[in-house]
Amino acid sequence: MRLSGLQKEVLALYRTCLRESRKKPAATRSHFEAYARTEFNKSVGLDKRDFGAIEFLVRKGRRQLEVYSAPGIKDIH
Amino acid sequence: MAALRSTPSRLLAAASRSTRAGPSMFVRSMATLGDSTVEANPKGSTDSRMKSFQVYRWNPDRPTDKPSMQTYTLDLNKTGPMVLDALVRIKNELDPTLAFRRSCREGICGSCAMNINGTNTLACLCRIPTDTKQEMKIYPLPHTYVVKDLVPDLTYFYKQYKSIKPYLQRDTPAPDGKEYRQSKAERRKLDGLYECILCACCSTSCPSYWWNAEEYLGPAILLQSYRWIADSRDERREERRAALDNSMSLYRCHTILNCTRTCPKGLNPGLAIAEIKKQMAF
Repeated sequence: MRLSGLQKEVLALYRTCLRESRKKPAATRSHFEAYARTEFNKSVGLDKRDFGAIEFLVRKGRRQLEVYSAPGIKDIH
Repeated sequence: MAALRSTPSRLLAAASRSTRAGPSMFVRSMATLGDSTVEANPKGSTDSRMKSFQVYRWNPDRPTDKPSMQTYTLDLNKTGPMVLDALVRIKNELDPTLAFRRSCREGICGSCAMNINGTNTLACLCRIPTDTKQEMKIYPLPHTYVVKDLVPDLTYFYKQYKSIKPYLQRDTPAPDGKEYRQSKAERRKLDGLYECILCACCSTSCPSYWWNAEEYLGPAILLQSYRWIADSRDERREERRAALDNSMSLYRCHTILNCTRTCPKGLNPGLAIAEIKKQMAF
């Protein structure tokens, strides 16, 4: 399947989330992965043509990723 | 909160003031003009003067909903003279979910920058026009990502500000070991530059900045850049100029001068940019 640019961006964001959680302590790594998954799942029912909303959520996700990827953050609920 | 609602005594005092027509609200001037007719009810009557405000609404918690305009109607007799007073009153009494930034309510913090009736300005310096028939339209700053309702995301704007190193850079210590002295003439060069409060009204009104926000610095940041280039105490003038010496950072300014027209503090970013260009040319 050929993905649109926006779809690729969403997938890239999810992949970076998982990659960043690998840098977290082994004990809490699954928490970060689960958190990323639930955050993405929240808007899973979004219309794929609703570009405005998807772009906003991608921007929001990047901001969250920036916050949570800080090395000081060891655990998440 | 109580201060926002006018008491009978305040109304009377307002009515006894001059009733000649005040200056048009979109003439840019320093906001110290005292003659107000806006708050005053000319006849001193207690008729309500209802005015509608159309306010841009968008809630980030429901991203699938499209942005919409919501209309609020206020009695101008019970509202302060400025748009910010109206917004605060809407938030207090009509709709607590409305989000906007505000802080000093006297045009010194630059928090309440928004697009009011098509002009970027500070809500706290913008009078509500007395014409109650016309609706007021209030939008967030144009071409910014919206955080919520009237709150724009200025992260990138602040990053650009950081990129010009807005602080004094010197290697030589002061001759008297205490402070860096300036002559009066040198200090005078900073007038019209240091007053900028970084409200982002000018940058977001610049079409060139709309299309090239990633690379073009925009009038507000260039004004600040010139503020440090013009500072006699700074010793990195050459580096500062070299940082701007490319096709995007500075030269995307095509002297549209929307920045100068819109500046709520009455500054002239267009002139500052022209001065930088002049310095770079020779």
